[in-house]
Amino acid sequence: MSTPVQASNQPATMIAEIEAPPLSLGDLTWRRFKRHKMAIAGLVVLILLVIYSFGGAFFVTEKYANFTNTKERLQPPSAAHPFGTDTIGRDLLARTIYGGQISIIIGITAAFVEVMVGILIGALAGYFGGKVDAILMRFTEAMLNLPQLLLLIVMAKFFSSDIKNIDIFGREFSGSVVVIIFIIGLTSWPYLARIVRAEFLSIKEREFILAARATGTPTWEIIFKHILPNSIAPIVVSATLGVAGAISLEAYVSFLGLGVRAPTATWGNMLENAYRYIESAYWMWLFPGLFIVLIVLSINFLGDGLRDALDPRSRTV
Amino acid sequence: MTKYIVRRLLQAIPLLLLISLILFVLMQNATDPLATMGGRTPTKPEDRARLTRQLGLDKPIYIQYLYWLIGNDWAKTDLDGDGVAETYGTRHGVLRGDFGTSIVQTGRPVTEVIGERLPNTLILMLTSEVIIVFGALLVGVFSALRQYSFFDNLLTGILFVGYSMPIFFIALSTMYIFSVNFKRWGLPYLPTVGMFDPKVGETPAQIILHMILPVFSISFISFAAYSRYIRSTMLEVLGQDYIRTARSKGLPKREITFIHALKNASLPIVTVVGLDLPLLLGGAVVTERIFAWPGMGRLFIDGIDRGDTPVVMGILMMIAVSVVVFQILTDIVYAWLDPRIRFD
Repeated sequence: MSTPVQASNQPATMIAEIEAPPLSLGDLTWRRFKRHKMAIAGLVVLILLVIYSFGGAFFVTEKYANFTNTKERLQPPSAAHPFGTDTIGRDLLARTIYGGQISIIIGITAAFVEVMVGILIGALAGYFGGKVDAILMRFTEAMLNLPQLLLLIVMAKFFSSDIKNIDIFGREFSGSVVVIIFIIGLTSWPYLARIVRAEFLSIKEREFILAARATGTPTWEIIFKHILPNSIAPIVVSATLGVAGAISLEAYVSFLGLGVRAPTATWGNMLENAYRYIESAYWMWLFPGLFIVLIVLSINFLGDGLRDALDPRSRTV
Repeated sequence: MTKYIVRRLLQAIPLLLLISLILFVLMQNATDPLATMGGRTPTKPEDRARLTRQLGLDKPIYIQYLYWLIGNDWAKTDLDGDGVAETYGTRHGVLRGDFGTSIVQTGRPVTEVIGERLPNTLILMLTSEVIIVFGALLVGVFSALRQYSFFDNLLTGILFVGYSMPIFFIALSTMYIFSVNFKRWGLPYLPTVGMFDPKVGETPAQIILHMILPVFSISFISFAAYSRYIRSTMLEVLGQDYIRTARSKGLPKREITFIHALKNASLPIVTVVGLDLPLLLGGAVVTERIFAWPGMGRLFIDGIDRGDTPVVMGILMMIAVSVVVFQILTDIVYAWLDPRIRFD
């Protein structure tokens, strides 16, 4: 009787699963996420793009990326310039590397601004309700009453007059980068605020919040330590998709000539005048355009996978 | 119902005032309309001062907003610069239907300037919207009927790419293939820019030919959201009891799908269309720029570049008002289509 008795017809794996310690939320999410093949593909492409733009900086200097050589303007792709050169002879490969850095940074920081404002407004409106809710939601609706791009254009124009270059870590950036980050963040939050508000409205009625209130927990602690962590799933998903949204919005505004200024490159502003050369220089719009499509697509797949993985109603492990 | 509509309209008033105030302040501070006025010859300082007074730009911003809103025919303005206000203004203000006159196209009323461009944008946008809705109905129903099939997965993939693609990329790619390269290869090619060939004139055939690429680009990127939406409502409806009843009493499959199920599944699309339509007016900005389409999007960008506040404000307020109106209309239509909904 030394061999353990196999409980009737239960397979061994199931017993192992029953006896294993319960999975943490992170493990559970990762397990579900792993099964979403397109999300994994998105994650891989995204990591490759990040390595390309940040790792590429070890091989090419920013000075080279901004170096203008009018003798070599509008050169088609060749061994010396694999992606060709633009209208003032800058190497497009080097510019996609440094442009990628700025585009990715803008995407992440603008999404961060969006999430902060969205959480704050959504949480206040949802938790306090009444007049606070009415005022904040009217304001949110006002923002949603206009196409975001038009709002963005008006704000970009408003902040566009004489922007100075700024120095960060010894590198010179156009100050318009900071402006674009803030205006994208400040025009993107309404959808997130609505999601957060809806979450707060339902969670604040639950027993554990009542218990927290009864034991005299301070309001800010209830909001940020009890309710917010319980509504984190939809926030993570919107924040992820927000990064993709911010990158394409930057591209739109820069495409229209109101975005990030020279000398700083972004994938968006590389396209600014490219459409005028549609017949003669396809490489000017093709390469930066492809990078934008790739990053937006991979982040969207990632967000889609996260949405499935974080869904509390999904029971599959 | 009437009570509901009145309440919604009353709620919209402070909303629109707030929007207009913020936008007006942003616009007036962002741009200097006088900078682009003189064209090639720089404006003389005394002309500059006179124009500033004429346009009311020397007044504080809240007065400027007030004049824009309710006009200045009740207030005296100092036109000759002698410090004595003696002339009454001529503007009636937005609330009385006067959106002012364009600064760039000197003296032309804003409504006329916008009215000239509006049909061009509408023809582009409404065509796209019709294609999107019908195409999405077709694709949505088809993928719902064959959920998780190869076809469904393939479509999901393509639609996801379309959804993630910035419109300029699809626009430039199709332009490069169907105009630039087709021309190079000696095939019949599509025109790249403009609304008609000036040599041929503004004939319907020309306009349709020039519309193909922009309409395709707009439809391609908006298609995904719509067809996914229809797919999910269709799946929901197909699982309901009355569909099972229809099946068990032996109705033909086609009749069940297109008459019984689709009728209910397409209800929510009314909401999506109603809320999207007015926003499409603004969505044209990038498309019109690439295809050099003489519509409102380009008018807007030109207005921004050259500080034409009255025109820009006119476009923005027109969109904001139509969003409000369409929201209410959508609710009314929806309540009429779905008798379960009551607003009391």
